[in-house]
Amino acid sequence: MARFPFSAIVGQDEMKLALLIAAVDPSIGGVMVFGDRGTGKSTAARALASLLPPIMVMDGCRYGCSPDAPHTCPDPCESNKASKRPVPFVDLPLGATEDRVLGSLDLERALRTGEKTFEPGLLARAHRGFLYIDEINLLEDHLVDLLLDVSASGENVVEREGLSVRHKAKFVLIGSGNPEEGELRPQLLDRFGLSVEVRTPREIENRVEIMRRCASHDADSEAFAAQWAEEDDKVLQQIARGQKKLAKIEVPDSVLIDAAGICSAVGVDGLRGELTLMRAARAFAALKGAKVVKRDHLLHVAPMALRHRLRRDVLDESGSTARIDRAIAEHFK
Amino acid sequence: MTNGLADALLAARLLAADRKLGGMVLRGGGPARDLVLQALRGLLPTDTPFRRLPGHIDEDRLTGGTDIAASLATGSLVLQRGLLAEVSGGVLVVPMAERLRTDIAGRIAQALDNGGGFLLVLLDDGEGPDERPPLALMERVAFDLSLQGVRAADLHCDMPETAVAGGTPSLESEAMSALAATATALGIASIRPLLQAAAVARAHAMLGGQDSVRRADLEAATRLVLAPRATQLPSEPEAPPPPEPEREPEEAERPDNDEDDDSVPDIPEDLLIEAARAMIPPDVLELIASGRAQRSARGGGAGRRTGSALRGKPLGARPGMPGGGVRMALVDTLRAAIPWQPLRRREPAPEGAGPIRFRRDDLRVRRFEERATTVTIFAVDASGSAALARLSEAKGAVELILAQAYVKRAEVALVAFRGTEADLLLPPTRSLTRAKRALAELPGGGGTPLARGIALARQLADAVMSRGRTPFLVFLTDGSANVAADGTSGRAQANADALAAARGIASAGLDAVVIDISPRPRPEAARIAEAMRARYLPLPFADAKALKAAVTLAAEPQKKRA
Repeated sequence: MARFPFSAIVGQDEMKLALLIAAVDPSIGGVMVFGDRGTGKSTAARALASLLPPIMVMDGCRYGCSPDAPHTCPDPCESNKASKRPVPFVDLPLGATEDRVLGSLDLERALRTGEKTFEPGLLARAHRGFLYIDEINLLEDHLVDLLLDVSASGENVVEREGLSVRHKAKFVLIGSGNPEEGELRPQLLDRFGLSVEVRTPREIENRVEIMRRCASHDADSEAFAAQWAEEDDKVLQQIARGQKKLAKIEVPDSVLIDAAGICSAVGVDGLRGELTLMRAARAFAALKGAKVVKRDHLLHVAPMALRHRLRRDVLDESGSTARIDRAIAEHFK
Repeated sequence: MTNGLADALLAARLLAADRKLGGMVLRGGGPARDLVLQALRGLLPTDTPFRRLPGHIDEDRLTGGTDIAASLATGSLVLQRGLLAEVSGGVLVVPMAERLRTDIAGRIAQALDNGGGFLLVLLDDGEGPDERPPLALMERVAFDLSLQGVRAADLHCDMPETAVAGGTPSLESEAMSALAATATALGIASIRPLLQAAAVARAHAMLGGQDSVRRADLEAATRLVLAPRATQLPSEPEAPPPPEPEREPEEAERPDNDEDDDSVPDIPEDLLIEAARAMIPPDVLELIASGRAQRSARGGGAGRRTGSALRGKPLGARPGMPGGGVRMALVDTLRAAIPWQPLRRREPAPEGAGPIRFRRDDLRVRRFEERATTVTIFAVDASGSAALARLSEAKGAVELILAQAYVKRAEVALVAFRGTEADLLLPPTRSLTRAKRALAELPGGGGTPLARGIALARQLADAVMSRGRTPFLVFLTDGSANVAADGTSGRAQANADALAAARGIASAGLDAVVIDISPRPRPEAARIAEAMRARYLPLPFADAKALKAAVTLAAEPQKKRA
């Protein structure tokens, strides 16, 4: 069954943009999606993964080595040939154990033949793709720590059970959760690059459109995908163009000053916020095909780059998005 | 309410007609539930797998993987098929679904999302809205039906018959709009119920042998899918219409019912919304009235149970089976097996045996010590005597402690008592959002039913303990009870009852602290604390910060013990 096409998702523009920015610049550090159940969070993430062009992977490599950098994994890559594989999309189950995520000693082989071998885990499978964690707020803390650490460093280091293994694990981390069901610790939240808030569309027309599209997807997913292939192709080209432009795009000093200004106005301390804001603005400008990053680009991505970094004020009821909008309005009067 | 059973049987027919509907939740109703399961079995082809999911299932058994014990015994790789694979194309019945662990629920949800091809039947024996099956699963099944109140006489009904498959009936735009408007009016934010309602309307039309969806189909979809998930009442129309007559459930089931208005454009949205109002089950209505509908976001009662075999301080190994997240202690396993090697070598070698011969008894698994999650239960006196200024200070303290708990990931619950009643305002949660809302909505004034407040806090503490967590009780009161346990007013009886309830806390061995929030410290609160064997903290001039410091201090020794 064909996946639901990315471009067929109704509304949810901010989430789609955040995902595209992460696809253009994976170093942005993951996307956290806040929202109720049934708002199409995982559908969008999956759709993006299946939209991207297949990647070349060394045959039989358990770590997804790219032919550009073969033999960089702990296993000696046996084959010298590479073949196409879809971009990996790993859906981390809620009850996943550390063993399964990191990888572990291959017990069976250890006991039978006495060989000490490493059995790669989900992190190895997600290399060069997406790692999606639904309900990340319900995931055990030590696992969240670990995941954020690996996603930031791009490398999984295992030092346990007499094993000492390191392998590449570069992936876009996408977390989702409903704050009503338990929150993520602020220390962890800060480490996500972007965050978006999704709501279900409330307008009847949009809801009917969703029903209509889901019904045609259910009835004949291939035909539905074909119908949207052209739109999806446009998105794909946009990403490819963005990736190409990213390195060359200029960030003028005035924009850097603006970024620092917004961060101090909303009270985000730490370099991480400022850097992410700048990176997001650059990726957004690249997606738009601009040569230079402009203030508009910066302002457009400021909420998603900063909203989760604001100091929580228990007694302040106004949402973080409103606080950022207010700060921007005051700063650029 | 006898149409619970008829609805459930209709749901079974719809599920048999369209597997994409996911499944159903059946709340309560022992024999009636068996009847529905039997009906569902009868509707499906005879060789359909029908499996029950035991709550203790481990991950390997659920999703398949290496069978370690068998692999070691035979010396070759033995794979086992997971239950989820075995049940493909069949029905997975989850008894006691409200106690299903979230990790298991997550796996099942994932399997459903990836086209698992099975119907999920969640049997829900939970009491009240805070004890429900995991939301991740509730969202993925179309029907949430209550069989409570089904009488024995209702059980003698005809088993539904297998439907003849027809073409997929069409669903017009107007009908979609009507469903979407109804969902919005009922306050259903998620898109899933809406998609399910559309699918149910289609399946219902198909059962009727129609080629398009009619009003009766939309009404059935509203009654079965949307109404049980309502979080608000549809707003009143301008002119109050005459009360809707109770619909006969059988009407919807007759395949060839002649509705007088059978073409879709005749369904104004308002009519469907109006009908939906009458279809909201009474228990959901009650929830909406109390402002708690769909906020029971805990996601399953026993969900948060964390295995001490998974993390924490290492304690050494013990014999046991690895799997389900329990890790094998390799060195200890070898140590257990080595002394027996000379003896075992005398026996004929099993095929493919390695250099070391293992038995199942040799297996050792790791153990970890884990500190249980603390749940701080606040019991707040919101009566008139605990003047309103004090109440806002208590609120402030709870919020401050909460902010701290949320960094430490401890949980907080809130009980308030005033007038003649004690209420659970907030079941144990880590969610700041919910806690803030519950606090903001906390009203003050009225009598002091202290006994009831203590009793409810105790009940909650017992529930917390039964889930393997450590409760800690914080009472904020001035101790001057004036409403007795039976709800009658009278200071003497009220005080006696409060002291009795307090002694109950002591005999249950619960840790507690009583914070006297009266303007001047009074002997009543001190006596309550004494009966509870709790710490007594008179805080005549305390602000929120001082309260917090006091509670944190009082909780210290208890933490060390945990």
